[in-house]
Amino acid sequence: MTIKTEQDLAAFVADAKAPLSVRGGGTRGMAGEGEILSVAAMKGITLYEPGALTMVAQAGTQVAEIEKALAKENQRLAFEPVDHRGIIGSKGEPTIGGIFAANVSGPRRISVGAARDFLLGVRFVDGQGAIVKNGGRVMKNVTGYDLVKLMAGSFGTLGVLSEVSFKVLPRPETQASLVLHGLDDAAAVTAMSRAMGSPFEVSGAAHDPAVGQTVLRIEGFEASVAYRIAALKAVLAGVVSEMSVLDAPGSVAFWDAQRDVAAFHGADGDIWRVSCKPSDGPALAEKAGALAHLYDWAGGLIWLRMDDGTDLRARLGAFDGHATLIRGSAETRRRLGVFHPEAAGLAKLTAGLRAQFDPKGIFNPRLMEAAE
Amino acid sequence: MEMPTPNKAIIARKERVVSRLLDVLPVDAVIHHERETRAYECDALTAYKCPPMVAVLPSSTKEVADVLRICHQEGVPVVPRGSGTSLAGGALPTADCVILGVARMNDVIETDYDNRLIRVQTGRTNLSVTGAVEADGFFYAPDPSSQLACAIAGNIAMNSGGAHCLKYGVTTNNLMGVTMVMMDGEIVEIGGGHLDAGGLDLLGLICGSEGQLGVVTEATLRILPKPEGARPVLMGFDDNEVAGACVSDIIKAGVLPVAIEFMDRPCIEATEAFAKAGYPMCEALLIVEVEGSDAEIDHQLGLIMEIARRHNPVELRESKSAEESAKIWLGRKSAFGAMGQINDYMCLDGTIPVSSLPMVLRRIGEMSEEFGLKVGNVFHAGDGNMHPLILFDANKPGDLELCEEFGAEILKLCVEAGGCLTGEHGVGIEKRDLMHVQYAADDLEAQMAVKDVFDPQWLLNPAKVFPLDASDARRSVAMAAE
Repeated sequence: MTIKTEQDLAAFVADAKAPLSVRGGGTRGMAGEGEILSVAAMKGITLYEPGALTMVAQAGTQVAEIEKALAKENQRLAFEPVDHRGIIGSKGEPTIGGIFAANVSGPRRISVGAARDFLLGVRFVDGQGAIVKNGGRVMKNVTGYDLVKLMAGSFGTLGVLSEVSFKVLPRPETQASLVLHGLDDAAAVTAMSRAMGSPFEVSGAAHDPAVGQTVLRIEGFEASVAYRIAALKAVLAGVVSEMSVLDAPGSVAFWDAQRDVAAFHGADGDIWRVSCKPSDGPALAEKAGALAHLYDWAGGLIWLRMDDGTDLRARLGAFDGHATLIRGSAETRRRLGVFHPEAAGLAKLTAGLRAQFDPKGIFNPRLMEAAE
Repeated sequence: MEMPTPNKAIIARKERVVSRLLDVLPVDAVIHHERETRAYECDALTAYKCPPMVAVLPSSTKEVADVLRICHQEGVPVVPRGSGTSLAGGALPTADCVILGVARMNDVIETDYDNRLIRVQTGRTNLSVTGAVEADGFFYAPDPSSQLACAIAGNIAMNSGGAHCLKYGVTTNNLMGVTMVMMDGEIVEIGGGHLDAGGLDLLGLICGSEGQLGVVTEATLRILPKPEGARPVLMGFDDNEVAGACVSDIIKAGVLPVAIEFMDRPCIEATEAFAKAGYPMCEALLIVEVEGSDAEIDHQLGLIMEIARRHNPVELRESKSAEESAKIWLGRKSAFGAMGQINDYMCLDGTIPVSSLPMVLRRIGEMSEEFGLKVGNVFHAGDGNMHPLILFDANKPGDLELCEEFGAEILKLCVEAGGCLTGEHGVGIEKRDLMHVQYAADDLEAQMAVKDVFDPQWLLNPAKVFPLDASDARRSVAMAAE
């Protein structure tokens, strides 16, 4: 059935007895198995105050509509959400609820924070059909527990988002990127670390071993961008000999492709996403033995394309971070689990929260729990 | 502010509890004589006091786990305490509780500049985290006013903010991992040196949970390279509304200052008399600070002043040097002290949408007349976090109650305007019974359900955050079950 209002949603969930596949636009391939429960018909921007950097929208509002409204005021979703359609091969339109439910952040996450850092308030329906609100539409709010963060990245397993309010940021005047050529993985991570440790506000740091390019993004007012690109060159002069600069259009095109992992579009294999300590990145990539890999977040995020069905986590062993299966067959997803297994103490807390918020166990069951 | 009646059965077990605590802690870490426990009778909300049954000062995560396991077995409530600087009564004891202070746990465990993080024990003070890395050009961004004294443990418990969060965010945006001890003594690790801890966002849930879900003993914090420089501009306006419009225009223009501070006339007058910072006498004063290289700062301040000029400021003063910056900040930084010079004051902490600033200030002015109590407003204007300071006389019978009543009305106004009860101080006991204003029964139920998972017996800081009538059933069941 088509759910258009929060009341419809609450009534539907209250009556539901069997598993529900909770989703927004369904473009990320992350929903669990069961009857489809989509919020895609709950649409509309309910409030937008550019001078207060805040927007409130129904969960099913299309990201494209939101970005259009923001662009008119020269603002943006600064956490740069990934569009997964290219790597998943999915159709449909991403929704703002889906972005927050999956805590989807792109390259700029290293400088401005993740989607969850921008989420100010939520309304959701819990597993028994109760409507709950938490947070609000102001930037500083410590009134009670932060269920806003709990809902962000819970992939619909604790509740179905009906409305989200979030912080937006001004779109900088321009951008440029400094490209370092010919570095191997370890040297690239060292260079990216040096750049991130400089005061020049690098807003993207990625490395593609296949082409031997390390790219650093600077955004802001034109004179400031030119100044900081030059300053960054000076900082890195000791570790790299060949550098070039991407002007604004080139830089925008590069980072759009990087955000959406365009290098893996149309290619075979499973796709994994590893979050790790940046300095651990090269050693982990080596252990993975991937068909291809790409670094983002100055080395702290590795996208890997693996042979079908490979247990990447077994290859990596214990490390400071986690590996998520972004694209794989249903069998692989079941066998390995989409999400990294949690330590026993945390798994107990996760199960406890699931039992409280979704006592019927109907929201995307098994998605965030341990593999069978 | 009402607190639950202390449980006599627990107090009757004091000797046994103390003896068991002495089994796991050194003798100087267990404080149980009444003349000594008095040191822990309150936090910075000094209007409320109650010595705890016992206070303990463990030195390691293991000792914290031992203490919690014993308290769990003995059914003793535990009130965690950082440095005791809470303005909301977050660390206020009850007569039947154990205060668990982390002040002795203040080591830096690891600094890692390659990965831009520091791992500390949580008794370490906020400012000394920056102190540990500033020689190498880094800093820890959240900067609550109490940063000289407040502990990271309390910052995490309250999700503390500061003046610079418009750009850098609050504690939750800068916290990467924790070691936490659960009420039953189990030690859990969440997150670490990587971004976005896996699984459900338990880190986000713990941050701001006011010490009710667990005791955080170690934290991995994000550190940032220090900017090349920072300078403010000061501007005065004859009208609050115009100042509000100016803030909105600055933000819309795409400049992202690190701080936008606002003071109203009563606050300017008090501050000027006290600190003589040379502020203009006007209705509203803004201090806007930006960061970068000298040329970048000049450019941004230029844009900001151009916007300000369109709003006919009565004063526009750009800092050109460190001395001038210090002078501009002097008044703002003395504001609380200046108000304290006049009388006792209560500092509120509501947040409002920036667009409702003129309406809220007008209403506060009207209420000030009605209640017969003076109020000055200091305001983080960029993010809508207000700090109305209500003046009262603690020695005058009934004045505190009147002041609290006035404060409650202001906070209700913040909620009505689309904001919230507390932006950075936390709920504690101070705003506990106002939670109904912001949240419906189902909203509070969802939050209390979280505590049921982490602390089923409701032993950790139990009489805080939730209205006593809302949490009563859970606290009573816990008491009856022992």
